[in-house]
Amino acid sequence: MRTNDFNSNSRKTVLVLIICSVVAIYVIQLFRLQVLSSNYKDRADSNAFLNRVQYPSRGLMRDRNDKLLVYNQPAYDVMIVMRETEKFDTLAFCRAVNIDIQYFRKRLSDIKNKNLNPGYSSYTAQVLLPQLGNKEYGILQESIYKFPGFYIQKRTIREYTYPNAGHVFGYIAEADKKDIEKDEYYKRGDYIGKTGLEKSYEPYLRGQKGIEILLRDAHGRIKGKFDDGKQDVTSTSGKDLTLSIDMDLQIYGETLMQNKLGTIIMIEPKTGEILCMVSSPGYDPASLVGRQFGTAYTALERDPYLPLLNRALNGAYPPGSTFKTAQALTFLQEGIIEPETKFACYHGFPLGGGHPGCHGHASPLALVPGIGNSCNSYFAWGLMNMLNSKKYKNIQESMDTWRDHMVAQGFGYRLGVDMPDEKRGLIPNSDYYNKIYKGRWNPFTVISISIGQGEVLLSPIQICNLATTIANRGYYYAPHVVKRIQDTPLDSIYTHPHYTGIDRQHYETVAEGMRWAVAGPGGTCHQANIPDIEVCGKTGTAQNAAKDHSIFMGFAPMNDPKVAVMVFVENGGFGATYAVPMGRLMIEKYLKGDVRDKNAETYLRNAKILRNVVPKV
Amino acid sequence: MSFRKSNIWEELDWFTVTLYGILVIAGWFSVYAATYDFDHASIFDLSGRSGQQMIWIITSVVIGFSLLMIESSWFEIFSFWIYCAIIALLVVTIFVAPDIKGSRSWLVMGPVRIQPAEFAKFATALALAKLMSTYRFDLTRGKSMLSILMLILLPMVLIFLQKETGSALVFLAFFFVLYREGMPGAVLFAGGAAILFFILVIRYATEIILNPLTPAGEFMVLCIIVAFIVVLLLIYAKNSKSIKNIFWLALGIGVVTAVVNRLYPVNLCWAAWVLLGSSVLYLLGLYIKERKACYTWIALFALASVGFLYSVDYVFDEVMEPHQQTRIQVALGVIDDPSGAGYNVNQSKIAIGSGGIIGKGYLNGTQTKLKYVPEQDTDFIFCTIGEEKGFLGSVAILVGFLLLIVRLIYLADRQKSAFHRVYGYSVACIIFFHVAVNIGMVIGIMPVIGIPLPFFSYGGSSLWAFTILLFIFLRLDISRSDRSNA
Repeated sequence: MRTNDFNSNSRKTVLVLIICSVVAIYVIQLFRLQVLSSNYKDRADSNAFLNRVQYPSRGLMRDRNDKLLVYNQPAYDVMIVMRETEKFDTLAFCRAVNIDIQYFRKRLSDIKNKNLNPGYSSYTAQVLLPQLGNKEYGILQESIYKFPGFYIQKRTIREYTYPNAGHVFGYIAEADKKDIEKDEYYKRGDYIGKTGLEKSYEPYLRGQKGIEILLRDAHGRIKGKFDDGKQDVTSTSGKDLTLSIDMDLQIYGETLMQNKLGTIIMIEPKTGEILCMVSSPGYDPASLVGRQFGTAYTALERDPYLPLLNRALNGAYPPGSTFKTAQALTFLQEGIIEPETKFACYHGFPLGGGHPGCHGHASPLALVPGIGNSCNSYFAWGLMNMLNSKKYKNIQESMDTWRDHMVAQGFGYRLGVDMPDEKRGLIPNSDYYNKIYKGRWNPFTVISISIGQGEVLLSPIQICNLATTIANRGYYYAPHVVKRIQDTPLDSIYTHPHYTGIDRQHYETVAEGMRWAVAGPGGTCHQANIPDIEVCGKTGTAQNAAKDHSIFMGFAPMNDPKVAVMVFVENGGFGATYAVPMGRLMIEKYLKGDVRDKNAETYLRNAKILRNVVPKV
Repeated sequence: MSFRKSNIWEELDWFTVTLYGILVIAGWFSVYAATYDFDHASIFDLSGRSGQQMIWIITSVVIGFSLLMIESSWFEIFSFWIYCAIIALLVVTIFVAPDIKGSRSWLVMGPVRIQPAEFAKFATALALAKLMSTYRFDLTRGKSMLSILMLILLPMVLIFLQKETGSALVFLAFFFVLYREGMPGAVLFAGGAAILFFILVIRYATEIILNPLTPAGEFMVLCIIVAFIVVLLLIYAKNSKSIKNIFWLALGIGVVTAVVNRLYPVNLCWAAWVLLGSSVLYLLGLYIKERKACYTWIALFALASVGFLYSVDYVFDEVMEPHQQTRIQVALGVIDDPSGAGYNVNQSKIAIGSGGIIGKGYLNGTQTKLKYVPEQDTDFIFCTIGEEKGFLGSVAILVGFLLLIVRLIYLADRQKSAFHRVYGYSVACIIFFHVAVNIGMVIGIMPVIGIPLPFFSYGGSSLWAFTILLFIFLRLDISRSDRSNA
């Protein structure tokens, strides 16, 4: 070989340098991949780990007599992992699960829509079709191998023993975007309580989801549990609820209220437990379960009589004459009147030029017959005297004193019922009138609040709570539907009495007045009388644009009250017509287990009082 | 011919043998990890790949030992015969090999499958060493160069015909050897420049630069050509005045273009063209004035570069196969297709990236165990190391290869005989090419070219071939002080 004229040493160096620089570049790239970038780890995890959610079973509900009311049934969701789907026979799939292809395509595009489905990932299972019927489940189960990327997830859905008390239970539905944003616990496809107890007790009922971490290979096959299941989180079942509702009573109330609009509430005064909460029209809770949810919900939402509205809590009405009891208590406590104080009535309030008007009764009356006969003038006199009383600096101060007594008796604010969307009602104070009348107002301006008309608004549960307070002679527990939560104490507002600050003796007087109304001469609710039970009652008639609402509140027995009741029939006319006899039947049913007067029962059950409304479109 | 067996164990380069042993054993463990299933088969289980790899390792040790026992001059004597035999085998393979995953490179004889292409490397290295060590051989002579090219291209073409593109490309490693042995550095430089231009043109094929009319790839390459002219002038002509002139020329054209571009936006490649054209004319002018050949060579280089630039598109679109086009585009980041063409590389980057600094621990890799990485026991075996041993383990392996290659270069350089030296460089360069292409592919720097990682990838042909390649050189090294026969 010829002697070369090149520098072999430098050429060797060039080669070594090339080799070293390639290795250096590779080390830098490895550093970038393995040290600097963290997202490869996540991507590897999402490759290899299949987090299978273990859904806990939702808490059950029983009534106060341990009757099972709400429980769970297995249902099957069809899940899809977009990343794993391959070409498949769409038509065959749609036929198997009995849906049309347009719906299938819409579901697919909904799932991929980041707006509707913020947590979307093509690597994780998404709910394609919730709650498959048993038949479709059977068919799909056999052919699921033909549809890679599709899975069947076992879930549970609600079942109900009775088609009643839909408002009390509420319903559950897939968590929507807002729910998911508010609480990270929820993922798309999870269920969440939307109304009623399902909503207010959601944290107890739902339990805790578990996670099973499975290893999945590149073909989507499950290769076993990660770390032998040591990292798995087992699910915790939801807590069971025992309701204070007496289901027999609830059903009975709903039958009486059929074809009428309104509500019946009964409370056990000594505990504040709600025995029944009827809101009419109601709905069958089972109709809002499963695949028919959408159509059923739309139908209910469009119903002009608003079956989804829980009238017991979500309405506020002028309480009418039932409010007079609260007035009597206030006047007595403030020393404006004595039980013996008599006021004249000439078919109306004399100072108001016959306004508010009154019906024919003996005159003048003392307080007890005044309540019994529901004399409007008596309470107009009372409020007049209170507002004009020298005891207070001015009318503003006396008005605010009045308002404080109202609030102490449970009006104007939410009582704290353990259900969502309770209305607070309205109790005006002096500011309220100053604003409306620009400071120029006098007792005559506001006089109708003394008889439960005018600005005053109460929710039905507040009226019932008034009856409870009188039954208890001065205190109440926040009314509640749940008597017991499994392994969990109740909130203290349900176990600690709230005192109204009015002396017991005044309550005795008012109770006597309410007894007079049922059994005394000229009493307005004789129809509430039950021969061997001392029922106390008070009618009410809430005026409104259409026909008056008929109201009855009462409790029984007088001296050892076991139950307080409130019946509210929309457009039922004068209180005595429907509300009073219904109240009597409810009390009798609860205290005796059955009613004697079957004629009245039939009559009331068959009565139909539905105002004409323009159907919603 | 004298047998001096007593010296073999003393003269053997134990450093290289130790590195070889470490890499082979590490490879064996990696094959076990890559094929490890949750059924917990033993590493010795002969029905599993690690068990079979163990057999290949044991037989390789036997082969290596046997090679050390052979008289070193035999390799030189029989080098052409070995080369001819392998070429014949390659030709036969084209016709008799069954189609396995699109390649016709495997000879199947009952349960045994061998890939002749693997053995063509050491055979070609022997023949090359022999040819280059012949008396009067001169690389700068056209005839010598031609015979060398024939020697290298013949097996390369045959392997191309077997649809083993990766194995065929390995023969390019011999150009490093040729460079060491005196091939003009310009050839290596031209090769490097060609690769750079190719990458730039393909990478920036659809992008624009500076203004909406200027194609980025073309403009960048034209500018680099001008820069190369300047650098070459600096190195070969050592004429600073000419560089200054070109600089003023560039500045003038740049200013004029900037002004014109303000009024009428133009394709800036035109300006580069003008600059390049005038530079070439200037070089020719200098040649006429100074009569120095280097000016014409530089001008020729510039013109050839331009020609290459405008033929890249044609080669890429018309000559290359579609799957090769996408592999190159994926490697250059032109297209991003993690579920299709880019799946392998994407998954292998995920596996390596998820290893972190210290890795997930031996046999704890999820990506490799769950078969997310394809070919993980052969071409993509480095993923297993990256995932389970992390950055530290990966770098350790890279450093191990670097030590081996540099050691081989050191050994090659100390040979007195040209035959020994050329063969030694061939071994170093072939191993380097394999490591660079394989690991580069796995970490997403190189396009996907399916060649094994030496000593690691599962497979008897590959391990045997690398063992033979290495141990022939070790045997030659033992006899380095023997009288040179060149």
